[in-house]
Amino acid sequence: MLDLHGYGPRLLEGAGVTLQLAVLSLALAILLGLLTASARMSRHWALRQLAMLYTTLIRGVPDLVLMMLLFFGGQMALNVATDALYDRFGVDWYINLNAFAAGVLTIGFIFGAYMGETFRGAFMAVEEGQIEAGKAYGMSPWLVFRRIRFPQMMRHALPGLSNNWMVLLKTTALVSVIGLSDMVRIAAEASRATHEPFTFLIPVAAVYLLIASVSEWLFARLQKRYNVGFGGH
Amino acid sequence: MPDITLWFQELLAGNVIFTPTTLGYYWDGLVTTVQLVFLSLVAGLVLAVPLAIGRSSRHRWISLPIYLYTYVFRGTPLLIQLYIIYYGVVFFDGIQETFLWPILREAFYPALIAFTLNTAAYTTEIFRGAIKATPRGEIEAARAYGMSSGLMMRRIILPSAFRRALPAYGNEVIFMLHASAIASVVTLMDLTGAARFVYARFYAPFEAFLFVAAIYLCLTFAILYLFRWLEKRLLAHLRPQN
Repeated sequence: MLDLHGYGPRLLEGAGVTLQLAVLSLALAILLGLLTASARMSRHWALRQLAMLYTTLIRGVPDLVLMMLLFFGGQMALNVATDALYDRFGVDWYINLNAFAAGVLTIGFIFGAYMGETFRGAFMAVEEGQIEAGKAYGMSPWLVFRRIRFPQMMRHALPGLSNNWMVLLKTTALVSVIGLSDMVRIAAEASRATHEPFTFLIPVAAVYLLIASVSEWLFARLQKRYNVGFGGH
Repeated sequence: MPDITLWFQELLAGNVIFTPTTLGYYWDGLVTTVQLVFLSLVAGLVLAVPLAIGRSSRHRWISLPIYLYTYVFRGTPLLIQLYIIYYGVVFFDGIQETFLWPILREAFYPALIAFTLNTAAYTTEIFRGAIKATPRGEIEAARAYGMSSGLMMRRIILPSAFRRALPAYGNEVIFMLHASAIASVVTLMDLTGAARFVYARFYAPFEAFLFVAAIYLCLTFAILYLFRWLEKRLLAHLRPQN
């Protein structure tokens, strides 16, 4: 059997961290993506430009660089802010940005830009007549969004969403570089300590494949659900 | 020439972080990144063409192993692939005695191998999609002319598949540029490596990383415009007439 040199439990914990990180950043990315897509279709020029700037800049820079900028720079900005708070008002408050929170925030922030593009395309694919019909029924804009726009948009967004999720899942490996003990970091540590890289890295790769395969199956089911009434697919 | 040097010195005057020395690190990093990305893309492309043809084969014993390869390399993080190759290369029996060892000992070549295998897997799938999308009429026409399947592949299927694959391949090139930042994790002084060094030396995260982000942004836009220009030229026949 596979001899993990006692790293087994820590690797399992690391897998838990990876999964939590991925799911939480996905939630944040979806939220930011919906906001960005709405901003890009907004009537206000400034909002549209802001959303455009966000999606362009984020998608033009490597994830790892953004992660380091937000993690190392974020802590410094927080320190400056809390120092100013102390000097001005005497509030003694210290916030320590932990690697997990920084990971969720950065990955969510990065993929929010990709989700924004996915959602924008999907929102535009919903027929204008549907929304007009909703308005004609006297629905409020929020109700139109919840009952008409969102469910129909999801049908078009799901393939892109599932794609983004797969990329996001693999991106979580990068947080090991900024110091979070996810399964990649523990496997790399164990490889260095025991000089048996394959024993640790290949099972971790297999876990990623497993998560990817399970989510592929889940997305296929979701796709079926959102395609109800559109026949065939 | 002295004018430029003087202008440069004035520009940097009083700047503690961006001295000619650190800018030299960034320049070396840029060279390493561009080399790494360019070489792995070329090698990946060379591997991907036969693999994509094999992947579209009707024989399962050809297409299945290739599918397995692309599935594994597309389903796992590049960082893990890099670690496996970087830490694992020592364990090939007797490799330390061969002439390859001085080459493989440096981080550049394990990184190059990992990136090549990774981009080859993605490119294979892109080309496979493009080959599959060949209009049936073109194949029938080629058959009617009595072309052998090799000739048909070379003259009909591949040229049109390359054109169709262009937009997706442009994305892959940008993806590779961004993925190459990972090389800094295995001690390689690429662009990100240079930024990490400057950050650690001066404890200046904003200057170090924003500067490198701007360089990456410029590279990304350069690739974007190159592919847009290529598409305009090579896909001109697909554009609407008016």
